[in-house]
Amino acid sequence: MTGSFFFYFFAAVTLTSALLVVLNRNAVYSAVLLVFCFFSLAVIFLLLEAYFLAILEILIYAGAIMVLFLFVIMLLSLGREKAQEHFRYLQRGLSLFLVIVFFLSVLIIFLSDSGILHQPHGTFTAGGVNALGEALFTKYLLPFEVASLLLLVALIGTVYLAKRKV
Amino acid sequence: MVDLNTYLVIGALLFSLGIFGVITRRNGVAVLMGVELILNAANVNFVAFARFGGMDLSGHIFSLFVIILAAAEAAVALAIILNIYNNMGTINIDEADQLKQ
Repeated sequence: MTGSFFFYFFAAVTLTSALLVVLNRNAVYSAVLLVFCFFSLAVIFLLLEAYFLAILEILIYAGAIMVLFLFVIMLLSLGREKAQEHFRYLQRGLSLFLVIVFFLSVLIIFLSDSGILHQPHGTFTAGGVNALGEALFTKYLLPFEVASLLLLVALIGTVYLAKRKV
Repeated sequence: MVDLNTYLVIGALLFSLGIFGVITRRNGVAVLMGVELILNAANVNFVAFARFGGMDLSGHIFSLFVIILAAAEAAVALAIILNIYNNMGTINIDEADQLKQ
């Protein structure tokens, strides 16, 4: 049952942060909340036993793509609005509360004797790196190569679009 | 345990939020964030079907390609937004209407 509790908790976090991404007027806040949303989505992927995809979600989405977004936001100086002073204490209190909740939930997992983190479900091993890599280089070799071509095209297009005209 | 329908509902809600963002935001970068939410909703559906719907490995491979596409799309779209800003001095997508005239 702890698994479903985790699911509902992180689903609520995902949806709330997605809602705030959409509603927030400040682009920088939106971007940071989107990173938060991606992290909780990665946890949902973990609960679905998609281990490699959860890592990729954090590495590519929360890492690479959002850094790109933040760079563009900074470059265009969109986040010029000042931080509200009266939110500061609320912010500190809230982040402290969240850290404590996170720590306690991790503690509960480690202290409960049943191995919640290692529940095998039959012979389902598709989420691991081995099965995924093998499929990627045998059955899905052509889409894989096409994807690399697509990335090359996107790279060239981006460099062409972003460079100063000479 | 949580069943397939719950995951699909989560995916649908994420998708709707992304659509809402794409429609309501004026800021070009924020519109792109809505697109990212939509792509992630598709990812949630793919992985949920892989786990519950017998789509085994294909679901994971598909969401892998969705992530690759999202990376390429974000890079090109942000370069286009930079160009719009250089040419028009704004990234308000309502004001970028030169093609309309």
